[in-house]
Amino acid sequence: MSTNTTTVDAPANTPFIDTVRDFDAAPERVFRAFTDPELVAKWLGPRNYVITIDTFDARPGGRYRYIHTDTEGNQFAFRGVFHDVQAPLTIIQTFEFEGYPGQVSIESMNFEDLGGRTRISQHSVFPSVESRDMIVASGMEGGLKESMDRLEELLAAEG
Amino acid sequence: VASEHVGQLGQAPALAGSGEEQDPEDQLNKAFMALADPVRRKILARLAQGDATVNQLAEPFTVTVQAISKHLQVLEGAGLITRSRDAQRRPCHLNTPALSPLADWIENYRQLAEERFQRLDALLEKGEA
Repeated sequence: MSTNTTTVDAPANTPFIDTVRDFDAAPERVFRAFTDPELVAKWLGPRNYVITIDTFDARPGGRYRYIHTDTEGNQFAFRGVFHDVQAPLTIIQTFEFEGYPGQVSIESMNFEDLGGRTRISQHSVFPSVESRDMIVASGMEGGLKESMDRLEELLAAEG
Repeated sequence: VASEHVGQLGQAPALAGSGEEQDPEDQLNKAFMALADPVRRKILARLAQGDATVNQLAEPFTVTVQAISKHLQVLEGAGLITRSRDAQRRPCHLNTPALSPLADWIENYRQLAEERFQRLDALLEKGEA
């Protein structure tokens, strides 16, 4: 079981979110998990949601669109364009939640080789501070519930 | 004693329900700004273990007590800490209620990312990716 943890930095009064995470695998493999739609479908999105990949063409100029369906049948669609894809180093893509059309952010992901391990640094730039806060807040309700579920599991396992 | 906290002079956060009325979003922004500095984050982490004086807080750092005082002013202005008016010691106190909306905001975002990445970990471990 991996002990790597995710750090998130969202500096005040900026439209940025920075996320850093290490993985115990070489950049080539991690990069493939980000660009091969079959693999993407296996990890992207909240737990207990079904992901449907509409299109996923991870090449410069290619498009992606996927839909998350929650347990009550509510659907949340996301789409964007790959601006740059350089295996196994960089992905730069746009990101838009279709529920907030026009609020497009730009995500730059760097894959750093740590010698058999990989550090991913993602820098997201939103159109405004308000847009950043709104989009993050919209994902919070589900996140909070899942955190509680996970806490429960953890306590059950340790008890 | 609550009445001895500087917060009563108008610097307590609106989120904590005392002191001057402030726009919660404005307060959140101030708090984020205060948290943007690593020294201030360390100070808060220390205060999470219990109240401390300026000198005690300055101990682990190479910077001067004056510099730490400046940091404390920023934290106080953001409503993240309160200080006793006891002139000699003025121990600092972590204003826990003011921290929770902040912690929720980033922590929930982080949890969602963590969850995705743990599934990716599992894929990589199983050799599927």
